Amino acid sequence: MIEYIKRDVAVIGAGAAGLFAAAETMKGGCSTIVIDREQRAGGILNQCIHNGFGLHCFKEELTGPEFAAKAFELARSADAEFRFGTTVRSIKRNDDGTFTLEMLSRAHGVTLLDCKAVIMAVGCRERNRGNLAVPGRRPAGVWTAGTAQKLLNIEGVIPGKSAVIVGSGDIGLIMARRMSWCGVKVQAVIEIMPRPSGLVRNIAQCLDDFNIPLHLSHQVVNIHGTEHVTGVDAAPLVDGKPDMENIKHFDCDTILFSVGLVPSNELMLPLGVEIDPNTGGAKVDSNGETNVPGIFVAGNALHVHDLVDFVAEEAAETAHAVVRKLNGTAPCPRYAANTRNNLRYVAPLKFASGEKIHFRFRPTITCEKAILTACDAGGNEIKRWTKMFVCPAEMIQIELDAPGSDITFNLEEVK
Amino acid sequence: MIYDVAIIGAGASGGSTAYQLSHYNVNAILLEKCCDASFGVSKANSGIVHGGFHHPTTSLKAKLEVESIKKFDALKAELHFPFDRCGILVAAFSEEELDVCRKLFEQGKANGISNLVWCSKEDMLRREPKLNSHVTGGFFAPDGGVIEPYAYVQRLVESASANGVALGFNSKVVKGEFADGVWNLTDEQGSIIQARYVVNAAGLYADKVSEACGAEKFTISPRKGEEYLLDRESPARPNHVVFPVPSKHSKGVLVIPTVGGTTMIGPTADVVEEKTDDYTTAENFSRILKLVEPMVSGISARDVITSFSGLRPVILEQEDFYIAPSEKVANFIQVAGIQSPGLTASPAIGEYVTRLLAEAGLKLEKRTAPRVTLSPAIEARKLAATELAQLHAENPAVTDWVCRCEKISEAEIVEAVRHGHTTLDGVKFYTRSGMGRCQGGFCSARIMRIIARESGIPLEELTKRGGNSYLLAGKLGSLEVKGN
Repeated sequence: MIEYIKRDVAVIGAGAAGLFAAAETMKGGCSTIVIDREQRAGGILNQCIHNGFGLHCFKEELTGPEFAAKAFELARSADAEFRFGTTVRSIKRNDDGTFTLEMLSRAHGVTLLDCKAVIMAVGCRERNRGNLAVPGRRPAGVWTAGTAQKLLNIEGVIPGKSAVIVGSGDIGLIMARRMSWCGVKVQAVIEIMPRPSGLVRNIAQCLDDFNIPLHLSHQVVNIHGTEHVTGVDAAPLVDGKPDMENIKHFDCDTILFSVGLVPSNELMLPLGVEIDPNTGGAKVDSNGETNVPGIFVAGNALHVHDLVDFVAEEAAETAHAVVRKLNGTAPCPRYAANTRNNLRYVAPLKFASGEKIHFRFRPTITCEKAILTACDAGGNEIKRWTKMFVCPAEMIQIELDAPGSDITFNLEEVK
Repeated sequence: MIYDVAIIGAGASGGSTAYQLSHYNVNAILLEKCCDASFGVSKANSGIVHGGFHHPTTSLKAKLEVESIKKFDALKAELHFPFDRCGILVAAFSEEELDVCRKLFEQGKANGISNLVWCSKEDMLRREPKLNSHVTGGFFAPDGGVIEPYAYVQRLVESASANGVALGFNSKVVKGEFADGVWNLTDEQGSIIQARYVVNAAGLYADKVSEACGAEKFTISPRKGEEYLLDRESPARPNHVVFPVPSKHSKGVLVIPTVGGTTMIGPTADVVEEKTDDYTTAENFSRILKLVEPMVSGISARDVITSFSGLRPVILEQEDFYIAPSEKVANFIQVAGIQSPGLTASPAIGEYVTRLLAEAGLKLEKRTAPRVTLSPAIEARKLAATELAQLHAENPAVTDWVCRCEKISEAEIVEAVRHGHTTLDGVKFYTRSGMGRCQGGFCSARIMRIIARESGIPLEELTKRGGNSYLLAGKLGSLEVKGN
């Protein structure tokens, strides 16, 4: 028997983005169902047992599971409905502009859900050894940092006794500390870029405090081990190429890859949602809506954030736009947001005038001080912001009273 | 107990031989040094059913390959492994290459492949729009296709086992002595397996097994092939297997639309020293890209989701298979040097070896007991909503998705474990779980939990592929924590 249900809004993913979005669409009077693969709310937050979450949203410092519990409470107390252990297999756009989601779960079998809008809060995935085509062998003991985090913090098991971490992304850094705490010798962190890719505070708290060496401008060039990992080789980069004459070898039984996150877009591609090659996520307007009317994206599924608080805030804003959209009161975003120098991307890419809009950026430069400017179509500066300590690891967010003109954002270092 | 036949090696050749023998009243045992079937040479295969045109008419390779090609439909219907006869295109990109292509085409005809189609440049592009427009011509081999090699071998072995063949995994034969009409095979653990006949299908180690049994001395040289797998979304995925014009030692670097839905580029072909040298290298990655980029459009290094290498077991002095009764010792059949097109030829290899056993005196009597058939594996991803809803009533795990990238349900993982695949790789090969773009990042922990639950093996003792390939070092709290 196929179960048929109908709601105003389907939120896919019960992580931070999904929970904040659902709370707001419910408050806006839209019946909302939140669907998640896992058996509980919180998504990846549940395995992030370290603190540092929630300062912005909840005005206190929380662990991942605590943040998740509070966010779940927001959505639950707003009467959002939840389907856990449920996978959305496909989304069909109907002729009348509504959507039918095919949902699979152990509890209900197959459910067809009709809804007017979908908020994709599906998060991101980790890039892995395979994605980078890292040379070497394929022994046991090679994991992504996030998988290792899940094994440790959810399953309660230790992946190895001696580890090397590839990539200095935040999860890798957090895992360096976590593994040290449970008795694993973390030999080194190897980073291909000349600068760490994680947050500055994590370098201090997770590596320096544990005397874990960070090898910048080093590339992993080989993985050894017949059955189990026995070691890894890294070469210093000279003119962007690994110097194979000066390879450093590290003995270890475990290698964790923390080499970047990619927005999940599997459910969006078949709908014809346009992807921004700069983020890997969908192109959205200031309503959080994609080129497919009724499909909205928020959180790490849109672009990878470094702080969950910004995910929550972005998702809530998108939820407000969804409510207005369903009420027929949403503004029509017709102006383009562009970037010029030193910005990898801007989201949203289109905006409505007369609104207070948050624009979010990823810089490509690292410097102590920089000026971000917004210019209108005529090249006239509308506003400027001074930013202290700018780096690719930290997202920039600004608020702007949107003008009735296209905007170009530009970031320049102040020497 | 004295077996009639002991087959050493549960790869494509050994598995096919075991499957053939399971049709007769023969007590056979299949011995394998690894913990599962298809964990040696056969796992790192290009997954192609070849077109019967690559090898000289007089070779054993060509004979067995051509005999086998037609058999895959019936085998698939019986054993339910993923196989798609998508066809092969051999593409030439210059006038010289076109001449070689023509010779290959004629060789195929001579080999008895009557349906090869010679193609002009326009024909090639019409058949395969992904081909680079510099193509000068080539030919189409409609019988060729793609297959999931490990699933094929696993099903052969499963069917053999269901029909009376004993399985001995984790049994590496280190010594063999023939006395009083019986082979006494000793494995590394010291167990003795007795059999009247021995089939040496030990792949890379067939030379070692031969030597350990006092049979012919020869050398198996590993010829490494690196392969790179591209994401399902790769725009490069062609509709056919695209071959370049071959070189002396290999069929060249190809673009393969795998039966699982990804695209594979490779393999290289370089003889290496060590039989354990499965390293992939940055140099070969660039080499492969350089070779395939001019053939098919849309190939991008950014679409790579994983890479691996396989070792072809080659007898350098003879490029052909070495399948023959030993001339030095009695009741010993050599099945060695089974490099490409070994997988394609494997159905006929099994039959050929069975005939050789009969010629050596093994009595072959058809089994009268009705054959135990295999049920098709559950493939929830291929079922429509109504079918899934129906199946859910009897097995709720079919709508419980575990591997999000390849869309594998818990029901499939459970089925794999219940069929004896208790390692992460064993389950992966049986179900495809973990073969997608996240490479098991999301599902590995859950799959490990399901394997532990279904098999009774504690989580901390699970391995990637048997032996010392432990996935975990212990429970949280089991390591001593030293202060700074």
